[in-house]
Amino acid sequence: MYNLLIGGAAGQGVDTMTAIMERLLKRAGYCVFTIRDVMSRIRGGHNFSLIRFGVGKLPLASHSYLIDGLIALNEETIALHKSKIKSGGFILCDKALALATAQGAEVEGVQMIQIALAEMAKALGNSVVSGSIALGAALKIFGENLDHCGGVLQQSIKKEFVEVNLKAFSAGYDATEARYTHLKGSFANHLLLTGNNAIALGAMAAGLKFFSAYPMSPSTSIMEFLSSRMVESGIVVEQAEDEIAAINMAIGASYAGATAMTATSGGGFCLMVEALGLSGMAEIPLVIANIQRPGPTTGLPTRTEQSDLKFVISAAQGEFPRMVIAMKNQEDCFHQTVRAFQIAEKYQIPVILLSDQYIADSSATVPRIDIKTLPLAGTKLGAPAQHAQSRGGASLEGAKCDGTYLRYQYTENGISPRAFPGSTDCFVTSDSDEHDEHGMITESANVRTRMMDKRMKKLELLATELQEPEFFGVEDFDTLLVGWGSTYGAIVEAIAFLNSSQSTKGGRFGALVFGDVFPMPVEKIAACAKRAKRIINVEQNATGQLAGLIREYAGVEMTRSILKYDGRQITAEELMMRLSEEGKE
Amino acid sequence: MSTFQTFETAWCPGCGNHSILECLKTALEQLDLDPHAVLMVAGIGQAAKTPQYISAHTFCGLHGRSLSPATAAKIANEKLTVIVETGDGDSYGEGGNHLIHSIRRNVNITHFVHDNQIYGLTKGQASPTTHEGQVTEVQATGSHNTAFNPVLMAIAAGAGFVARAFSGEKEHLIEVMKQAIQYDGYALVDILQPCVSFNKVNTFAYYKQRVYKLGKDYDRKDKLGAIQKALEPEETIPIGVIYEEKKLTFHQKNEVLAGGVPLAGRATDLKLIQKYMDALQ
Repeated sequence: MYNLLIGGAAGQGVDTMTAIMERLLKRAGYCVFTIRDVMSRIRGGHNFSLIRFGVGKLPLASHSYLIDGLIALNEETIALHKSKIKSGGFILCDKALALATAQGAEVEGVQMIQIALAEMAKALGNSVVSGSIALGAALKIFGENLDHCGGVLQQSIKKEFVEVNLKAFSAGYDATEARYTHLKGSFANHLLLTGNNAIALGAMAAGLKFFSAYPMSPSTSIMEFLSSRMVESGIVVEQAEDEIAAINMAIGASYAGATAMTATSGGGFCLMVEALGLSGMAEIPLVIANIQRPGPTTGLPTRTEQSDLKFVISAAQGEFPRMVIAMKNQEDCFHQTVRAFQIAEKYQIPVILLSDQYIADSSATVPRIDIKTLPLAGTKLGAPAQHAQSRGGASLEGAKCDGTYLRYQYTENGISPRAFPGSTDCFVTSDSDEHDEHGMITESANVRTRMMDKRMKKLELLATELQEPEFFGVEDFDTLLVGWGSTYGAIVEAIAFLNSSQSTKGGRFGALVFGDVFPMPVEKIAACAKRAKRIINVEQNATGQLAGLIREYAGVEMTRSILKYDGRQITAEELMMRLSEEGKE
Repeated sequence: MSTFQTFETAWCPGCGNHSILECLKTALEQLDLDPHAVLMVAGIGQAAKTPQYISAHTFCGLHGRSLSPATAAKIANEKLTVIVETGDGDSYGEGGNHLIHSIRRNVNITHFVHDNQIYGLTKGQASPTTHEGQVTEVQATGSHNTAFNPVLMAIAAGAGFVARAFSGEKEHLIEVMKQAIQYDGYALVDILQPCVSFNKVNTFAYYKQRVYKLGKDYDRKDKLGAIQKALEPEETIPIGVIYEEKKLTFHQKNEVLAGGVPLAGRATDLKLIQKYMDALQ
């Protein structure tokens, strides 16, 4: 497994180089995992990405700071990261960099590879292609060939620049020597997805027709992905004037029969809270993606955290059924988004998808998804009876549209037949006030109680299809790690190492990682807790929010917590270090 | 001609809302609209109860947020005639931002604002259109804020149809409502109405003495003239269509909707999504 860092100031092309390089490596057969560490500014500062690639059995789902090579677009990159380069690693940079101040050449056991990137780019007639020269050199260093460059460049950059960039790749390739050997992997046909792209694709597959949002990092790339495909795919993407409009629009579209979604981050979700209750009260299906970043308030806009869990499970006044799904990795983002639409439609409730900047912006290798095999892809909306049935909801059959149709009919499972305005002769009502079966305002104590019971009853059926947390590790564990969402990758990797012969810990480790967090599935955690000597929650927040929910719903206490809230995602290495530190207490 | 049923209301006797509901019913019937193709949208307030009292599809959402779901419902199914019926607090106070952007977006919806220049549901506090200096229980020393001029703001923001009407001039109101519903784009009608319980300044007699109908010689296409009309001091209140301009609608400009096929009934092209996915190999 290799780990390549590309670093420079904002505006120097780190992101473009990363997008090209990660895809080149995946096409060459590698399993790739890339994180993007970006400052909240347009120019200057320090941005870097880490491209981790290998051919192992497990798809990579976490990053590491142990670096094989560094492509440094400025001196600061060398100064900041040289200490993390493994012995035998390399630094690739422009000859013109004043290395005396960076002292890169003095790093022991690290090879300095200096190429006249800027000069060569100038000779090629385009100063911007220096990045491609560096990438060409990096390919050579890792023992790759240039076979995939044409295809990837054609996808990634404007046509008129493909040729000069191809020349740049060749020039860089010829300017240095191979230092590593190519590893033969079988991931060339896999997908390379960021979390946000996976959410957008999942939504499209589930039949998304209307998306409204207000731009907010790190959620905006969902809207961008959809916008660039909206005309061809027939999805209306509307940038709303604020998050309040965004969610109210999505609810209005859903009411009128267009499968709808909105996406935001914690601050935007705050503005959406009242309308979240409207979705619950008026029983209008809605999917909301909350791509978390560190709060409170503006917090750290381009960084990561898992601190909105307790907020989103209780957001909005009053009580109504809702579901919260935390997504564990990029592949999960796709499938859980599809499932979120399915559950929202079936139960006529809001479903909140919790992701975070780490999953949203990082890209992972995902097995190719065959859309035809998905449970509900492409269900046609419009004919309510057919629609309701096909999504497992209550049937409209027998609801004669002669004035006897009851939008909020009391039913055994609490799910009422849902019609759309204009598609039948039924009048479709919807009300944020407490209402009767017709959807008319009421203050009747009896109706109020029955309507509350009807809405909350939907949770009973929902409970039967909750997904228990995923277990991995050895069955006879003594230490149980518990996490949720994006810490999945680091936990999987740490557990695999800790249980391997390489580990000196000598412990037996198991882990549970929650995806469905609310309502909380409690069977597995309760069962595992009985067998564990110690239980440790691993969370990217300061208060151990999942641990609190587990205590409340499963009656299980954690032995101790590993919490991180510096805006940077935990790695397997850091997790193992924290484990051993805490063991000494 | 189609028929719309109206139902018993919870409004005070003498409230302007009664006339507005009656005029709405007549306007919808005279336009021969199918009740099953009409969606009434409201926020919260006394005026926002209107959808409950007429036989049509109803969406009674959140305070101040009527325009957003109305916009999206029209985007989802353009075959629906979408009418927002709500008050001055809802439209100009809590939902002011959406008003500005609904004008800019120009989705073909009709916005009837029951403007009684006071908060009714919460019992008598100043609304954005309450006169400066008017004393209420909350504005105990008089409202210190400049009264909002919705007609002026809407014209200035680029609205294509801006009208004012009075609940006491029913025939005239019906005509204005019909024109607003038929207008292709976002149409705002500020409907002055007395609040018999909480506004002792802007009474029926107050409006009756001041309103005058715009004559045939008035040029509703003249934007500067319309702005001047909107600026007239309140001793005389012009009613009628104050400004009208043909503008491209959201649906006409939006590439996804320009074909005229309702969004809600469309199938998903799975092969296309597979293609998008496979492009990420």
